[in-house]
Amino acid sequence: MAGFHYFPHTDSDIRAMLDRIGVKSLDDLYADVPQDCLYKGEYDLPDAMTEQQVRDFFEGLAAKNPKLKVFAGAGAYDHYTPAVIPYITQRSEFITAYTPYQCEISQGTLRYIFEYQSMICTLTGMDVSNASMYDGPTAAAESMRMMVAQAKKRNTVLVSNTLLPQVRGVIATYAKYAGITIKEIAQENGQTSKSSLEQLIAQGDVAGAIVPSVNRFGIIENLEGMADALHADKALLTVYCDPSALAVVKTPAEWGADVAVGDGQPLGIPLCYGGPYVGFMACKQDYMRKLPGRIVGQTTDKEGRRSFVLTLQAREQHIRREKATSNICSNESLMALWVTVYLSLMGPEGLKQVNDLCYQRAHYLYDKLLATRQFEPVFKDAVFLKEFVLKSKVPVAQVQKKLADAGFFGALETEDGYVSFCVTEKRSYADIDLLVELLAISY
Amino acid sequence: MSKIIEGLKYSDTHEWVKTEGDIAVIGVTDFAQKEMGEITYVDCPDVDDEVEKGTEFGALESVKAASDLFSPVSGTVVEVNDAVVDDPKLVNDDAFENWIIKVQMSDASELDDLMDASAYKAFIKE
Amino acid sequence: MNYYDKLIFELSKQGRTGYSLPQTCSKCKGTEAIPAGLLRTKAPELPQVSEVDVVRHYTNLSQMNFGVDTGFYPLGSCTMKYNPKINEEIAAMPAFGGIHPLQKDVPGIDAVYEGLDHALAAITGMKHFTFKPCAGAHGELTGLMIIREYHMSRGDCKRTRIIVPDSAHGTNPASAAVCGLDVVVVKSNANGLVDVEDLKPLLDDTIAGIMMTNPNTLGLFEKDIKEIAQLVHAAGGLLYYDGANMNPLIGTVRPGDMGFDVMHLNLHKSFSTPHGGGGPGSGPVGVCDKLVPFLGVNVSGFNGNFGVMLRAYAYILMLGRENVKLCGKLATLGANYIKESLKDCYKLPIPTVCKHEFVFDGLINDGACEGKEGAATLDVAKRLLDFGFHAPTIYFPLLFHQAIMIEPTETESKETLDEFIEVMRKIAAEAAQDPDILHNAPHNTPISRPDETSAARNPILKYWDACDC
Repeated sequence: MAGFHYFPHTDSDIRAMLDRIGVKSLDDLYADVPQDCLYKGEYDLPDAMTEQQVRDFFEGLAAKNPKLKVFAGAGAYDHYTPAVIPYITQRSEFITAYTPYQCEISQGTLRYIFEYQSMICTLTGMDVSNASMYDGPTAAAESMRMMVAQAKKRNTVLVSNTLLPQVRGVIATYAKYAGITIKEIAQENGQTSKSSLEQLIAQGDVAGAIVPSVNRFGIIENLEGMADALHADKALLTVYCDPSALAVVKTPAEWGADVAVGDGQPLGIPLCYGGPYVGFMACKQDYMRKLPGRIVGQTTDKEGRRSFVLTLQAREQHIRREKATSNICSNESLMALWVTVYLSLMGPEGLKQVNDLCYQRAHYLYDKLLATRQFEPVFKDAVFLKEFVLKSKVPVAQVQKKLADAGFFGALETEDGYVSFCVTEKRSYADIDLLVELLAISY
Repeated sequence: MSKIIEGLKYSDTHEWVKTEGDIAVIGVTDFAQKEMGEITYVDCPDVDDEVEKGTEFGALESVKAASDLFSPVSGTVVEVNDAVVDDPKLVNDDAFENWIIKVQMSDASELDDLMDASAYKAFIKE
Repeated sequence: MNYYDKLIFELSKQGRTGYSLPQTCSKCKGTEAIPAGLLRTKAPELPQVSEVDVVRHYTNLSQMNFGVDTGFYPLGSCTMKYNPKINEEIAAMPAFGGIHPLQKDVPGIDAVYEGLDHALAAITGMKHFTFKPCAGAHGELTGLMIIREYHMSRGDCKRTRIIVPDSAHGTNPASAAVCGLDVVVVKSNANGLVDVEDLKPLLDDTIAGIMMTNPNTLGLFEKDIKEIAQLVHAAGGLLYYDGANMNPLIGTVRPGDMGFDVMHLNLHKSFSTPHGGGGPGSGPVGVCDKLVPFLGVNVSGFNGNFGVMLRAYAYILMLGRENVKLCGKLATLGANYIKESLKDCYKLPIPTVCKHEFVFDGLINDGACEGKEGAATLDVAKRLLDFGFHAPTIYFPLLFHQAIMIEPTETESKETLDEFIEVMRKIAAEAAQDPDILHNAPHNTPISRPDETSAARNPILKYWDACDC
């Protein structure tokens, strides 16, 4: 047999193995498969490539994509990735391991998940975090399911208009098939309207509400009184948050939330066209048993040494099957390691500095863009962090094209005529000046 | 050998019932706790919740398993044994001493459908 | 592997830093300009450590871990094949990593989606795939949503029940429940296959479809699949293929040809992308022609796990048209070789030819004698760790009380399988002689068996739950 380097079998190996089994050929191992199920045609695939050919092939594809400086956010943020992170996450003991089912030889994975859970708890102020979800939007959808399960006989979840569209979209998908009613909380001057929330609560059947901490316009929302309004009706509050911003902004716990969800991507995970990212989900102690997904807990081994195990597994699909809190099995473990290493490197000071840098640069761009007189402010007195929205006097498509032609990606349209910009610590003042210069001249 | 107590009523889902007037005291049998192994969590309804004969009212959890609890009678939950919620090991220690919920029965004749001790003894031998 | 007992929080020292960031502008306002009512009152308790602290800590943690690169990993239904290193290099290319998910003009990325779609369609006999699902269970949910969407589009709204075999992966019934479907269980027969006679009466006009794993979780090919497909289709239902067990069929059998309408693949199983200690995976869902209009179901934030797709595509290009034909066959060869070599020591409930995996039902002689308990499957699994092997999947499927589910994959050599066989025989001999050797295992791992009961009874789920801080 012609050698293929992922298959270690020699012809004599195959012969010897077939002899032990007592069959004549590899095909005989499929004798139980009905003839009309066997595929006898040629597979419509290219000829095998060498490693060098594969590398050349992908380099060719990569070269076709314009490399743009990112001034866009909308749920995916171009923060700096320290060199240490890929170095650690590429360690084969981490990346080539499966889910830590055999805890005695998985203490590495279990320990970093425990650290990850701890970090998510201190960022959000929550009591219990799970080991990760697929991404922010699916975590939000799971929180919807969790609030309905907790409420027992109520079936409506309120979703703020100021949540990112992809978050609302995934929530709507999950709700549709689960038979959950979604009602939208209106937006008022760029923020979740409290009077709208109260009106919807008054209509009854509300299991809970999902609102953002930093919203789709980049505005830091004032969630004062929302938890009280919901709790007075025995409903729960989920806050969707940017974990990077949580270094400075009020935590979901401080707003009185019961559940915190969001996407870990802003914690140094590359944009990578949308994934892999990592969703996070944490809650107050009371709802621990309703939390979906894996959870790692601390215990001791027979010798009394501190040890870590997957715990509270009776919530999960492999035990409860159709009665499980969720169907999630594999999550985004390696990306949880990614953000754990990021947060270890950054610490409270570094993460605050990231926010200060973003704040300063974003406000610098905001002021400069307004000074061009090609843009107008949209939301009065809105407090923003790294992302903001302006009304463009020039047609949006024209602005976007001008930016793209000059090597920038920004001015995403949030609604008709409104554009959003995002500035992270990776964008220099020189980059910002260049972008402003492009948009300053009338065209 | 699993312990069985005379004078109690038993369900085919391994709950026992002791009647105190129109109150049904409900727990799980010794056989059930042995099958589960070390119980780590007892999931209970709230006081005032309605329960219906033959439907779930809670669950027992161990490290590798979960088992739903089915109410042997219909009625309203009047008391939940907080002691077993706080310390699930009590169910392993003595499943008959450590009841789980008390139900105000809405139809005491439902008790007639349950097994007595000897019938249950035969049932778990099957 | 050595025991290492630190947590990153315990290395923390006030004022120590591990980051390299630009200076903030000293003349401009920073986040302190945000109104106090919107700011958190206390900084998060993240560790304060140096870069070298971080590198050493996580390197030490990694050394308590076992991966495919460490050794043989015969975890049933998980397809722990070798993860090629070229895949990692491709996925790490900055030219892909730096692209924002909402960027539109990306022909090089479009080509990856199209190329991978085409390749997976060729291998499975499906028409097209969506790449939005992030893992296998997420793919199941997506596929079931597509099935429901199809029925609803025809005004056939009462189809809210789905048939799932008793041998199915736990995710199947769980995904059905999340999708708002009621699960109807169909039994396996004595040969471990779906019982067609048990299935027939279940097929009425409330059935949305059936979820099947073929080969099933016992590693057995459901040879009545064509008849099942015909029965389910005749009743107006659709067939869902759980791709967790696709590996033995790669290059030999296509789910589309068996009559399946919808399926998912686990790129992190069948297509060599690493499992990452439990993700990121990717669970693309493929459909037949008539379901293509429903592929747009919106189940995740952006475009799926693109980084995982790059790895899988690189793997398929390396494999190519010729090698793909050997992939499943060599996996099947390895599984049958182990089965035949151990069936005199371990109970083999169904002695027919298997596919990529098979299930033993515990030891033939577990060493039980007066006053001494025999060695159980858990004990065999733990003892294997002492010999440098990962354990198989245990206590699944639920059909057998002492299930040991072994899946070798095509990237393991005869020598590796021989070593594993020898150790499994040795363990069986130990059990017969003194089961306590197994009861007390593992002996040579960083920790011995932990107390899982106390972990569940008194949950310590974050650093501050345990320390006096």
